[in-house]
Amino acid sequence: MKKILLVDDEPNIIMSLEYTFKKNNYEVFIARDGQEALEILKTQIPDAIILDIMMPNVDGYATLEHIKKNDALQECKVIFLSAKNKESDIQKGLNLGASAYLTKPFSLKKLVDQVKELIE
Amino acid sequence: MNSIVLIFILLLYLTFLFFIAHWAEKKENLRWANNPYVYSLSLAVYCTAWTYYGSIGVAANSGLNYLTIYIGPIIIIPAWIIILRKIIRISRLNNVSSIADFISLRYGNSRFLGALVTLICLAAILPYIALQLKAISETFHVVTKTSENSLIILDTTTYVAVALALFASYYGTKYVDASEKRKGIITAVAMESTLKLLFFVLIGLYVTYVVYDGYGDIYQKASLLEHFHEKNTIGSIENGMNWFFLCMLSLFAIFLLPRQFHVSVVENNRERHIKTALWLFPLYLFIFNLFVFPIAWGGNVLFFGEAKNADTFSLLIPQFYDNTFLTVLVFLGGFSAAISMIIVSSISLSTMLSNNLLIPYTFLGKLKNEAQEINNKKIVNIRKVGIFLLIIIAYLIYRFFALDYSLGSIGLVSFVIIGQLAPSFFGALFWRRGSSLGAKSGIIMGFLVCLYTLLIPYAYGLTNTTNTFIASGLFNSDLLKPLALFGLDYLSPIAHAFFWSMLFNTMTYFAVSVSFKGNYRERNYAEMYIDIDKYSTNHENAFVWRGTAYTRDIEKVLLKFLGEDRTQRAMAIFNTKYNVDKNQEMADARLVKFAENLLTGHIGTASAKILISSVVKEEKITLPEVLKILEESNETILINKKLTETSNELKKITNQLQKANENLVIKDKQKDDFLDTVTHELRTPITAIRAASEILIDDDEIPEDIKKQFLTNIISESDRLNRLIDKILDLEKLETGKQKLNLTLNDFHQTLLKTIEPLQQLIKNKNISIAIENNKPINLRYDEDRIIQVVTNLLSNAIKFCPDKDGKIKIKIIDREQFYEIHVMDNGKGIDEKDAEMIFDKFYQSDNQNIKKPQGSGLGLAICKQIIELHQGKIWVKNNDITGACFTFTLLK
Repeated sequence: MKKILLVDDEPNIIMSLEYTFKKNNYEVFIARDGQEALEILKTQIPDAIILDIMMPNVDGYATLEHIKKNDALQECKVIFLSAKNKESDIQKGLNLGASAYLTKPFSLKKLVDQVKELIE
Repeated sequence: MNSIVLIFILLLYLTFLFFIAHWAEKKENLRWANNPYVYSLSLAVYCTAWTYYGSIGVAANSGLNYLTIYIGPIIIIPAWIIILRKIIRISRLNNVSSIADFISLRYGNSRFLGALVTLICLAAILPYIALQLKAISETFHVVTKTSENSLIILDTTTYVAVALALFASYYGTKYVDASEKRKGIITAVAMESTLKLLFFVLIGLYVTYVVYDGYGDIYQKASLLEHFHEKNTIGSIENGMNWFFLCMLSLFAIFLLPRQFHVSVVENNRERHIKTALWLFPLYLFIFNLFVFPIAWGGNVLFFGEAKNADTFSLLIPQFYDNTFLTVLVFLGGFSAAISMIIVSSISLSTMLSNNLLIPYTFLGKLKNEAQEINNKKIVNIRKVGIFLLIIIAYLIYRFFALDYSLGSIGLVSFVIIGQLAPSFFGALFWRRGSSLGAKSGIIMGFLVCLYTLLIPYAYGLTNTTNTFIASGLFNSDLLKPLALFGLDYLSPIAHAFFWSMLFNTMTYFAVSVSFKGNYRERNYAEMYIDIDKYSTNHENAFVWRGTAYTRDIEKVLLKFLGEDRTQRAMAIFNTKYNVDKNQEMADARLVKFAENLLTGHIGTASAKILISSVVKEEKITLPEVLKILEESNETILINKKLTETSNELKKITNQLQKANENLVIKDKQKDDFLDTVTHELRTPITAIRAASEILIDDDEIPEDIKKQFLTNIISESDRLNRLIDKILDLEKLETGKQKLNLTLNDFHQTLLKTIEPLQQLIKNKNISIAIENNKPINLRYDEDRIIQVVTNLLSNAIKFCPDKDGKIKIKIIDREQFYEIHVMDNGKGIDEKDAEMIFDKFYQSDNQNIKKPQGSGLGLAICKQIIELHQGKIWVKNNDITGACFTFTLLK
């Protein structure tokens, strides 16, 4: 069973994501901001991470930078999922090493397809 | 009186003058030396021994004629406010140090003209100085009752002359720059003027009220004497003409005498000092003349039938009554009058001699190649020796060419000679067409006529009827009789010579100037002299010059005379004044003129021009070009002034624009950020709605409770979306002023309770304790709904920020006389100082844009700020003294 970490501060969005990925047979972990995500990543190595950018405490970009520094997480695919839809934001995310960048509002189906394509 | 005692008294007196001069030179005493009274009194150097003794002589022998010497100046003095001011301004701007400089500069730095003026001055003034020495010597012998020793070495007055020469050459040459002010000498001269007037008034009072019984008594006794009435009336029309010409003569002299030019122009510190001189100097002359008549006629009565020199009546009368003290005082007064004249005249003459004759004609070549110290020493030495020699030569003139004439007549001869400068001098001030050639030929012509009608007859002796030249004229022609030229036989010799010389001089000056145009430089200076007021702030601009000049070369010349320090300083002043880059290689007209000016004080105008010309390459300019350039430069000055004003204004506007632009850029960035934030905020609920909807539509097997949960989410996110839109619209209304306040009288406590009520549940959930300090009712006028909105917002924030355990919120109300301060404090983590001001900005984003603020979009505080400001209050945030933030807003009473 593939593991997936969902990072977003919006509970209602998390709820939809959680439901969808569980349904698609993923083991789901949830964090409400970057800090929590990094905590979880100390013990878990998910196959994919869905990462929001605008979050309290530690933002998405910073979280990814931390992830990239961690050797144990090199195989882990990161997908940004953010309402920031400017070209410069997207470019920044991809330059940091994200595998994909999806903008909100998004299609759950597309997201799942994207994740599958990346890790299966 | 014993000669030795008198010499001792004289030495004491000279020491006193030394002390005055020395004292005035000190910096801390400048205030005393530099005042309008010292200036006005120094002008009284006009009253020489001739006035002091000679007037009495003239009054005793020929009656009222002595008055013309004072009436002339008094007539012209009111015009000083215009004429003298103009002369002073021209001289100051051009560093003019003598009348020779003044005239030669106007006629294009003419070296020859400067030398000519110097020679005229020497011719006029040397005998005049001799006259003063004669007065000292004669009166010395009168006081000591000795007679002149035929051996010059044994005559005590010789030593007095030498002492005087030393004093003058020491104090007269303290500065290399001859246009510098000599405060010491001038203060000493002013002191002497005071003393000579005081002593003269004393003897006058003595004669009038002690020897005689007042004016009436003298008049009565004197009127019995022969010729009294004819001597004391102006008489016929011919005599009236004499009066007229003598007044004119002295009117010119007050401007032209080198010593008068020196004290009134070169030594003038402030133009406004003229205003005091305007009344003080005529008053001085008036007081002086009050007692001339009683002393003269008192003497005539007292010494009736005795062959006494009437010039010395003021000494003879007290001596006759054995009043030695008064005799000595009178002698000292006369001595003062004489030495003031000698010192000031010799200083100005030696300056002319060095700057307008010796340096330009002989020493300039040598000076050019020497170092500055040597040059300065040389220049000072030339002047020192000059002053010394002038006085000694004058003394020798007195000794060897026995001056047989009375004080008065020799003085008048001097006046006539110096009067030859009048046409070119006044022409310089008022007539643009006057040319150098005209000035030269006028002066020479006038002097020749003077020589013929005055000097030669004087040399033969006026009354020498046996002399054929005087009796029957040159070539035995009646028309050429020196004392009755062209048959003009009713004027006195002085008036006659003055009339003819002035006529020829003026005509020649005029005719030559009109016939032969001067060169462009003359015309340039003509414009500068006549329109000096136009150029007074930047007169270097008015100098027309075209050619090639290197700043370095000019600086090198300056170095030779000014030295390193002064040159650097002067260049710095020039560069600042005209905004010139100090590394600029090429010099322009302004620098050429500036440099000439700097050198003028040291070596005179002609030499300055020669020196500067030797290092620059000048191109000829035609006269029409000069006029055109001047006209343009005049316009340029005006335009420049306007341009400067406009450019200053533009600069101001540019600054404002720049600021406005910067503000706009910031605003624009903030607007972008705001849009970013708002769109992000709007998208978030939409995202949640879309995701939930997608699940609901795609997934048929979804359990009922989860389905319900998703639908609930959709509803709450829709509400959130709606609230956000409301807030944005609300803010927009407040900001644009569309939102009006509904002001009513309310009790703030009630409002507070109304606000807290709906939040109770939240507060309870988070276990927060809330406290309100100061429970008294406070009645204020405000829009209650809006204030509830503000307080709700602040409380919601406080609740959000409160820690999960032991959260505390405190509301404090403080009475501040004109308003109330409402504080809302929590014990959360507080606020970052640097964010404190911007937190109320609707565009606010913390430094890290991607960190979300807990209170959502941040529009809430922006709305609070708008509401409070509409209520004329203020809102701000600080960290409170425990922990956490303290939001404060004010409400007007």
